Amino acid sequence: MTQVDQGQLFEFLCRMGDNTLVLGHRVSEWCGHAPVLEEDIALANTALDLIGQTQMWLGLAAEVEGKGRSADDLAMRRDVWDFRNVLLVEQPNGDFGQTMMRQFLFDAWHLEMLKALTGSSNEQVAAIAAKAVKEVMYHVERSGDTVIGLGDGTSESHKRMQKALDLLWPYVGEMFVADAVDAAMAEAGVAPDLAELRTACDARVGAVLAEATLAIPEGGFAHKGGKTGVQHSEHLGHLLTQMQWLQRAYPGATW
Amino acid sequence: MYAQMVKSEATQEDPERLAAFQARIDAGEKIEPKDWMPAGYRKTLIRQIGQHAHSEIVGQLPEGNWITRAPTLERKAILLAKVQDEAGHGLYLYCAAETLGVTRDEMTEMLLDGRMKYSSIFNYPTLTWADMGAVGWLVDGAAIMNQVPLQRTSFGPYSRAMIRVCKEESFHQRQGYDIMMKMCAGTPEQKAMAQNALNRFWYPSLMMFGPSDKDSVHSAQSMAWKIKMNTNDELRQKFVDQTVPQAEYLGLTVPDETLKWNDEKGGYDFAEPDWDEFFEVIQGNGPCNTERLAARNKAWDDGKWVRDGLLAHAEKKAARRVAAE
Amino acid sequence: MSSPNAAYPDTPETRTRPKRHEWPLWEVFIRGQHGMSHRHVGSLHAPDEEMAIKNARDVYTRRNEGVSIWVVEARHIAASSPSEKGPLYEPSESKVYRHPTFFDIPDEVGAM
Repeated sequence: MTQVDQGQLFEFLCRMGDNTLVLGHRVSEWCGHAPVLEEDIALANTALDLIGQTQMWLGLAAEVEGKGRSADDLAMRRDVWDFRNVLLVEQPNGDFGQTMMRQFLFDAWHLEMLKALTGSSNEQVAAIAAKAVKEVMYHVERSGDTVIGLGDGTSESHKRMQKALDLLWPYVGEMFVADAVDAAMAEAGVAPDLAELRTACDARVGAVLAEATLAIPEGGFAHKGGKTGVQHSEHLGHLLTQMQWLQRAYPGATW
Repeated sequence: MYAQMVKSEATQEDPERLAAFQARIDAGEKIEPKDWMPAGYRKTLIRQIGQHAHSEIVGQLPEGNWITRAPTLERKAILLAKVQDEAGHGLYLYCAAETLGVTRDEMTEMLLDGRMKYSSIFNYPTLTWADMGAVGWLVDGAAIMNQVPLQRTSFGPYSRAMIRVCKEESFHQRQGYDIMMKMCAGTPEQKAMAQNALNRFWYPSLMMFGPSDKDSVHSAQSMAWKIKMNTNDELRQKFVDQTVPQAEYLGLTVPDETLKWNDEKGGYDFAEPDWDEFFEVIQGNGPCNTERLAARNKAWDDGKWVRDGLLAHAEKKAARRVAAE
Repeated sequence: MSSPNAAYPDTPETRTRPKRHEWPLWEVFIRGQHGMSHRHVGSLHAPDEEMAIKNARDVYTRRNEGVSIWVVEARHIAASSPSEKGPLYEPSESKVYRHPTFFDIPDEVGAM
């Protein structure tokens, strides 16, 4: 195994943590507004899991960085171009169907990623993954069932779910495209080869969408720029204006 | 806050049955859904439990308002867990009311079109992060004061729901006070924010117990039925006596110049809230009534296709299962 | 659609109102960590049994309360009616020997 470049490891950990941070934030926006009480409570559970995972990933990222920053500093004091989440998770909630489709597409990747990370050469990474993987196993089960239920529900729910899939499908590819950071992580045994995740992930997504009677859009186009930080969507900045507002407005205060 | 504005229904049953029913309650027996009960008891309970459930659900909104702006990851998680608990409490209470012969969707519709009320406090805005502290400390403090005795209420499902609610509620007030402590030990701006929150939430919190009801006939009936356990004034006094020292510990000033310890009664003398304002809020003229009901209506309307879609799928699946057998 | 109050057949239902398309009511039973039997913890709404189990997990095990969940649609629960209360329960009341405190065990014997 090659020695891991700490800068690249930091980058990788920010990707994991920013994904859960941004998606957790998005899901928490539903609290008090869901279609039915049971869903309201379930969504909050998902968001709580994701926030907890964020604390672990960004906590480790801050430690690896070694500049005295905390997980909160990373979450609350970086600007858009420093965020490393994939574009999929920063997309707005839309209707409940769009939220659940986004959740399912992310969960499917997330689960395979975490499963692989439980065998990471980095013990801390493996430990975080071991805790998170149990939570995400349930996430994907729940989001998958909901996608099936709504896809195979009424004609209106079917139409809405197909629309959500059409909208979000071009954001799936980014999760599987490896760059230099991913290559370095794979080489050091910290993280899996992203391309290898695709088979298991595709199998699950294909099966669920088939049962949901939804058609995967044709064409292989994939948006990119989120996880490298090169070019996020405009949505992320607005999310940050809320999330970071107190820390920015009252610098130096403790909460 | 839940029992206080609920009028108990007059009841015209056979006096012998009524007496036997009252004897069971006096003996501390729990009334269960299948037991005979006076129509007035049933109606009053539906109204009270429903109102209580609605308060939990609408009560998600003022605090939910700050989930996406919580200052740290931990605060965000705590607040989200707390607001989620409120949804859970609403759910337990709706289920308790459903045992009386009304469905949750029916109650929801009565909330949405204004036929049923919720606690007036949730019509006040949350403007700063310190309001998360004040709401947890004062509003949940007042709610707990009301809920703890309701664990002993005579209707079994209500009592069981309240036991579960109280068990979960203990963390709510503490997290609020914890926020206040942090703010009061923080920068001068943070402390000013905390004082400002106390100023705005003090009187609305006192209103949560409802106007004085010591001479109310409705209250007397509800107390005889053990669906209301204390008078509004008793609970309010207890709340003030408990809260004033907590404010002093924080170094905050309760916004009441007349507030004074009264040795003789062993409690504080304090100013009454503005009851005209209270009745305006109940009538729909509070600062956030429109927004709160609009938010609930939107969630309900936007969610219809989801509820229908999942149900349609369940029915198709069941039909397929039958066909396969 | 099921009647939400089938577990409580005595509660009056106004049959005049139109039938609603509501999610059925489920009763939830949970077995905790310590090998006790499943215990009724509350109710919830769900479109079908799979979702009912998932909802039960989300609603009733937020604080690690359980390891095993049962759900049953409320209308499928058969319950004793109040008028049977005498004959059903009174015989067991007279069998006080079924309760361990009926027997005086000398202290020297130790815990039993």
